[in-house]
Amino acid sequence: MTPIVSDPEAPTAAVAADVRRAERTDRIVSLVQRQGALAVLIVVVLVAAASFPNFRSFDNAATVLVAAAPLALIALGMTFVIITGGIDLSVGSLYVLGGVVSAYASQWGLLPAFLAPLVVCGLVGVLNGILIAYTRMAPFIVTLAALLGARGLMRAISDEGSTTYLVKSDAFRSFGTGSFLGIGYPVWLVVVVFALGMILLARTRFGHAVHAVGGSEDAAALMGIAVRRTKVWVYVMSGLLAGLAGAINAAKLGSGVTVLGIGLELDAIAAVVIGGTLLTGGAGTITGTIAGVLLLGVIQNMINQVGNVPSSYQQLISGAFLAVVVVAQTYLARLRRVT
Amino acid sequence: MTSESVATRPGIDLARIRAWLPAYGVYAAIVLLVLYNVAFTPNFLAWSNLRIQLIQVAPVVIVALGMALVIGTEGIDLSVGSVMALAAALIPLYLGYGVVAAILISLIAGVLVGLVNGTLVARVGLQPIVATLALFVGGRGLALVISGGQLKDIRNDDLIFLGSGDFLGLPMLVWIAALLVLVVAFIVRRTVFGRRLLAIGGNRPATELAGVPVKRVLITVYVICSVLASIAGLLAVARIQSSDASAVGLLIELSAITAVVVGGTPLTGGRVRVLGTVAGALLMQLVVATMIKHNLPSSSTEMVQAAIILVAVYAARERKSR
Repeated sequence: MTPIVSDPEAPTAAVAADVRRAERTDRIVSLVQRQGALAVLIVVVLVAAASFPNFRSFDNAATVLVAAAPLALIALGMTFVIITGGIDLSVGSLYVLGGVVSAYASQWGLLPAFLAPLVVCGLVGVLNGILIAYTRMAPFIVTLAALLGARGLMRAISDEGSTTYLVKSDAFRSFGTGSFLGIGYPVWLVVVVFALGMILLARTRFGHAVHAVGGSEDAAALMGIAVRRTKVWVYVMSGLLAGLAGAINAAKLGSGVTVLGIGLELDAIAAVVIGGTLLTGGAGTITGTIAGVLLLGVIQNMINQVGNVPSSYQQLISGAFLAVVVVAQTYLARLRRVT
Repeated sequence: MTSESVATRPGIDLARIRAWLPAYGVYAAIVLLVLYNVAFTPNFLAWSNLRIQLIQVAPVVIVALGMALVIGTEGIDLSVGSVMALAAALIPLYLGYGVVAAILISLIAGVLVGLVNGTLVARVGLQPIVATLALFVGGRGLALVISGGQLKDIRNDDLIFLGSGDFLGLPMLVWIAALLVLVVAFIVRRTVFGRRLLAIGGNRPATELAGVPVKRVLITVYVICSVLASIAGLLAVARIQSSDASAVGLLIELSAITAVVVGGTPLTGGRVRVLGTVAGALLMQLVVATMIKHNLPSSSTEMVQAAIILVAVYAARERKSR
């Protein structure tokens, strides 16, 4: 290669400045895209702390965290699924199914109360994953069918929802209601699971495979990544986490409640999207998902603080919020492509 | 020997069955189910029973028609249930100004929601599932805010006639649904708009290059879908004779998507089967009715529905793969 520019001084400097500017824009945009939810979360928390004296209390913070725990677990699984370019609509049903199974199994003690929902919901995840990865059916449809199937299964074991299984194990019950350092056990469990999830996504070959599959399936296959196996595993993870979320909730409420969980899959998707994970796959962060989950939780808590506000306003605000965030993100993504 | 002669082996031609199944399997399933019911379900053919089935399926058919159009563009609309709730919440507020005014207002609400969805999808470039998710969450919230979370009784005779009256021996609901089916079938098969809609679903970049106003067509499709959903919402109010924004249209997006998919419309866009969609809705209704008549728990109904969805999509999958 011969140098194209004979006089290197002036033109290269201009080009370099241009490149630097483009890089800077790119960095800022990417930072906003990835950490925007965190920034908004901080602002919302500050506003809430300034306006509601009760919001500042430690107890209230602990309440927000405990309430957000199940959604956080489900959103974590959803993050992995969405990064591979898929979607899992079955988690809301699996969450309820997991709760009922957990409450039922609690008659045999603490361990079965945790293991049984994991096994049942994990198996549904395996089924989802195999159908999606090996028959190439759309994730949307397969998990939609699983949503119906899991709900049917839940209703079948709870006599059409008329039987509510009470949690029999005291140890399991105290896991749901007890706390360590003032913060409920479920929150600690969620913290541990999220730490594992972060390591898994950022530091392991599986994490790289998840990103690669979402970026381009063909390219990932050419790189020698086991695309199908990766896909199966993310749906299994999503199922397991939904089951665990159900178990936590059963421990907290003291029973397997059969009417919860409608639309929870969409809350989880909303939290993930607000957190900056693109639904097109290939990119996403777990910190963003945490911020998204907490943001939804804080908004709900603020509305509770105001008092007398019907929950309908919360739906309205969450919906508007979601719209603003995704629109902003799309523009940011476009900005990045242009520069 | 060429490959052609291999394909036309004597006996059952698997490839042809495979091509036939996703398109017409739903009709075959309906025929089988009807025959089964005629043989084993007492009073299945009684007019009162058929009437109830038709009345129950009508709103799903209406919503599914719009959903089929959206899916034809390779989109999806999750907000239809919320639009029904919105229409239901608005009706009692404006009934004082007359039935026509109330209906118009709820249709306008449908148009507005459709404009928002369509703009988010076509102009902002959001994925349809996210774009309509916002109004799925927010729309029902808005409906509950409007109605104050209260159940309101409807005592307007004209409106109630739409929901529970008869015309020439058939319920008004069925007439309205049938009319809408014809309109949508006409749009898909006979209009330029229908062609363009299918072209967008088939290959959007190529359609853009061909000079089709893609964004305008997409927005119109979402508006049509929302308007159909608000029609279903106001008819639901008229039928139940009360407006309950928290219950109207709950989970109907799933029933509508199921009807469309079971009817043989591929989720990948480019093709819309209007009659198939109607048949899909009828099949799901028949399945539920059959199981209820035989005292099977509703939990098994859901599992059977799940299985039907999977079979339908699995059968359709073969055609698309190249």
